[in-house]
Amino acid sequence: MNTLLFIFQLLIVPALSPLGIGFIRKVKARMQNRVGASVFQPYRDLWKLFQKDEVISEDASWIFRFSPYLIFAITILIGASIPVIAAVPVALDFLPSFSFLPAGDFLVIIYLFALMTFFLALSGMDTGSAFGGFGSSREMMVAALAEAGLLFSLLAVSVTAESGNVVAMVGNLQYLPLQALFPLLIAFLAFIIALLAENARFPVDNPATHLELTMIHEAMILEHSGKRLALMEWAAANKLLIFILLAVNLFFPWGVSLSYDSFSGLLVSTLLVVGKSAILLFGIAFLESTMAKFRIFRVPDLLLTSFVLGVIALAISITF
Amino acid sequence: MEFLLTPASVLLLFAFFFIGSVGAVFIERLFSDNGKMAGFWGHGFALLGSLLGLAISVSVLFFGQGIAFTLPTVFPNFLLDFRLDGIAAFFFGIISLVSALASIYGFGYQKHFYGKYRLGVFSFFYNAFIASLLLVPIANHALFFLLAWELMSVASYFLVVFENQKEENIKAGFLYFLMTHFGTVFVMIAFFLAYKATGSFLFDDWRAATGTITPLIQGIIFGAALIGFGTKAGIIPLHIWLPEAHPAAPSHVSALMSGVMVKTALFMLFRFFFDFFPGAPMEWGLVIILIGSLSALLGILYALSENDIKRLLAFSTVENVGIILLGLGAGVTFFSIGLESFALFSLAAALYHTLNHAIFKSLLFLGAGSVVEATGTRNMESYGGLIKLLPFTAGFFLVGSLAISAFPPFNGFASEWLTFQSLFIGMTSAEMIIKVVFFIAIGSLVFTSGLAAACFVKTFGATFLARPRTEEAKNAKEVSVFMLLPMGILALLSFLLGINATTVVASLIAIIASIGLIRPVTLQFPFSEFIQARADFAAILPLESIALLLGLVFLLSFGAIWFVTRSRKIVVGPTWDCGTPLGPRGEITSGSFSRSLVTIFRGILRPTRQSTVEYHDEDMRYFIKSQEIRTSMSDPYRKGIYQPIGVVLHFLASQARRIQSGNVNMYILYLFLTLIILLLWATHV
Repeated sequence: MNTLLFIFQLLIVPALSPLGIGFIRKVKARMQNRVGASVFQPYRDLWKLFQKDEVISEDASWIFRFSPYLIFAITILIGASIPVIAAVPVALDFLPSFSFLPAGDFLVIIYLFALMTFFLALSGMDTGSAFGGFGSSREMMVAALAEAGLLFSLLAVSVTAESGNVVAMVGNLQYLPLQALFPLLIAFLAFIIALLAENARFPVDNPATHLELTMIHEAMILEHSGKRLALMEWAAANKLLIFILLAVNLFFPWGVSLSYDSFSGLLVSTLLVVGKSAILLFGIAFLESTMAKFRIFRVPDLLLTSFVLGVIALAISITF
Repeated sequence: MEFLLTPASVLLLFAFFFIGSVGAVFIERLFSDNGKMAGFWGHGFALLGSLLGLAISVSVLFFGQGIAFTLPTVFPNFLLDFRLDGIAAFFFGIISLVSALASIYGFGYQKHFYGKYRLGVFSFFYNAFIASLLLVPIANHALFFLLAWELMSVASYFLVVFENQKEENIKAGFLYFLMTHFGTVFVMIAFFLAYKATGSFLFDDWRAATGTITPLIQGIIFGAALIGFGTKAGIIPLHIWLPEAHPAAPSHVSALMSGVMVKTALFMLFRFFFDFFPGAPMEWGLVIILIGSLSALLGILYALSENDIKRLLAFSTVENVGIILLGLGAGVTFFSIGLESFALFSLAAALYHTLNHAIFKSLLFLGAGSVVEATGTRNMESYGGLIKLLPFTAGFFLVGSLAISAFPPFNGFASEWLTFQSLFIGMTSAEMIIKVVFFIAIGSLVFTSGLAAACFVKTFGATFLARPRTEEAKNAKEVSVFMLLPMGILALLSFLLGINATTVVASLIAIIASIGLIRPVTLQFPFSEFIQARADFAAILPLESIALLLGLVFLLSFGAIWFVTRSRKIVVGPTWDCGTPLGPRGEITSGSFSRSLVTIFRGILRPTRQSTVEYHDEDMRYFIKSQEIRTSMSDPYRKGIYQPIGVVLHFLASQARRIQSGNVNMYILYLFLTLIILLLWATHV
């Protein structure tokens, strides 16, 4: 049973992440009065890319070849370490010490994402194209400034929940009275800004274009093709879903099941998590349809806002 | 084995360095082989001595038994008193380890100097430098310590100016000499005040005198020690010599200076605040934290804006010293408010980062040395594509970059994580002032770590990735095995110290507890669930499981994807060039990589920009003939602090010159007047 849960935990995020992207695209298409592609289109795209031959630049080194696998693996590891529908640490039956719990520490998660960004930026520089280099430069700029908001918002949750592990945090938060969760509302705003920045969404980056000179994420993966492009796209989708799940489960923890035993509990929790995630995804799509991308040097103001909000949330939560 | 715990082994160690230094000078005279033998002799004995030092410190730490002995001298009040306790052995071990690896590196690096510079002289100062580095942590007498401290400064000065054909090295050396003596003055003030208060130069008597010193005197002692040792550690704004002097020295000496010499200053701060005069008021802890926050954040910003690879690494040392000071300051704060467990925890974080920084900074400096050796320049704008030409150097440098950017599962993450935890604990304190200061520190540390990642993406990317930007970079060759081996060992240590974090933390706590100051050897966290949870996680710090899981997931996904796509081809083609031929000018450079971050932080960094444009027709101004843009950073410390001080000093000196008339009769009058004044004073007292 535990082994099954272990595998479930490992696969659930990569299995559902393209759906999240598809959902956002569908909503955006509808808001532009288009029918839009099916929500399952990202799966087909990935499949198509895996079927294709690959072109690799002659200037690229092993960093370029290795990075997509590492980046993908990091997202799988983090995806397995966060609570999805149940806040329960899962270990293997025959190897109880082998658990995803250690990677669920919020600092470990932040630094694993930073490691992912590090290799993403390196592989952007590796081909020696001007696009890739500038994409990397901007990505590191955004990542360096976004980390503060991310850390402070999660720290506020951590202090309130009196735990450092995201799985335990979700469990602890459910027992707290409603007014104790007030600072989390501010922390949520900080987290959302960090989410948009880290996932290359509006108003920081435009995920839908290759033409804009200010692109960030797409510029870095411009030279990737075939399976490596598929891995990069898939990893980006995983990252978005992980952030969405963290946002809904940490800041709105009600309904997340605390055990894998009761079937009805799991059903309710699944419905709630799916519902909350859909609302958040819809919010992102709405934001992307109604506002323009910021000029690159206005992005730091936004990220600083996220940092300040995080500081306020933390200040309130430690004085409580 | 038992020999290692005797005074004889310590004396033998210094004998090695003595033979290494003096012998090399003679050897150079005997053989006319461009100094090859002298270099091997010097580096060889330095290696022997360092290995013995490593063995001594390991056995002291392992058996938990110190070495203490005294050698008499002919001078009154001056004793050669040695004391190698747990904490000294820890620093002794770090110094020995890095010196041993640097000496191996030296075997390969020395061919740089054949025929150009005198390797006998180099070996003399190199051995003297390492010997004095090793003397500093074990000297147990203030005057003896000052002797070792001065020897360290002087020997390293001669190493900084060793390549004396370059004018900037002489300048850097002079600045270093000036600043280091500025620091030493304050160290002396601290020592003499302590002598006045305790009546002894022996550190042991200082330890015994705890509590008998008035708070005012103690405060002045702490302040002087902080300025004096802070200058050596490179805290901002006393850091200005560091980015000049560290890069000027030969690369393995840079590794020693940046990796371990700054640590001796931190060691003495630790001694002052926790060993000699424990029980500093809380405010000192907060001051140290604020200094640490400032140094960390500004250090990494300056590093980011730098294009000289060795200067960049030197600024990053300023940053890491700041991070270590955060842990140290948190320790002082906790200790002053009676939270000994937390103090122990924070100090463990600080010592862990000290060890880690010694490892990865030496690794990066040795790597930078190899790159400089291969290309002949320190300018990162001239590198590019070196990963294909120097594959091993690139691999080791990557490990160093990952470790210094604090990515799991490398060692930098473990210590930065612990530092974060001690700041989190302090943040939940009830006192408002502590809360605010720790808040600032957390904010500083999180920006620092984000910017450090950006900085090392830039360093690694601009140096090793994409295409070579110059002919020199195109013709670079991998360095010799002597130079690769120490880098390999350091890279391995970076990884091992990361995944064995649990063991390391437990040993560090035992070492700190061994000086007998902080009672509980096991940690107790009575405060809140939050702290308890952090402490529980810290007790396991499972970096090895994270490494294992990441490796496993990586292999699984790699295997699955390889299986699914095994029949797909890979075509190698040119990078997409948008129709313009790919040249070195199309790639991003180090300067342009950091440009956006520099622009954001322009309020602090104050970038300057000069452009000159020449037109074909000066009246029309449509067609540009040539255009030149120079960007640089202004140096607010020199402009704002050091230049005004220089002006004042110069003014005072020129006023004082008036009494120097050059007339002998005048000087005799001065003598006479002085005598009268002294006599009058003597009769009155």
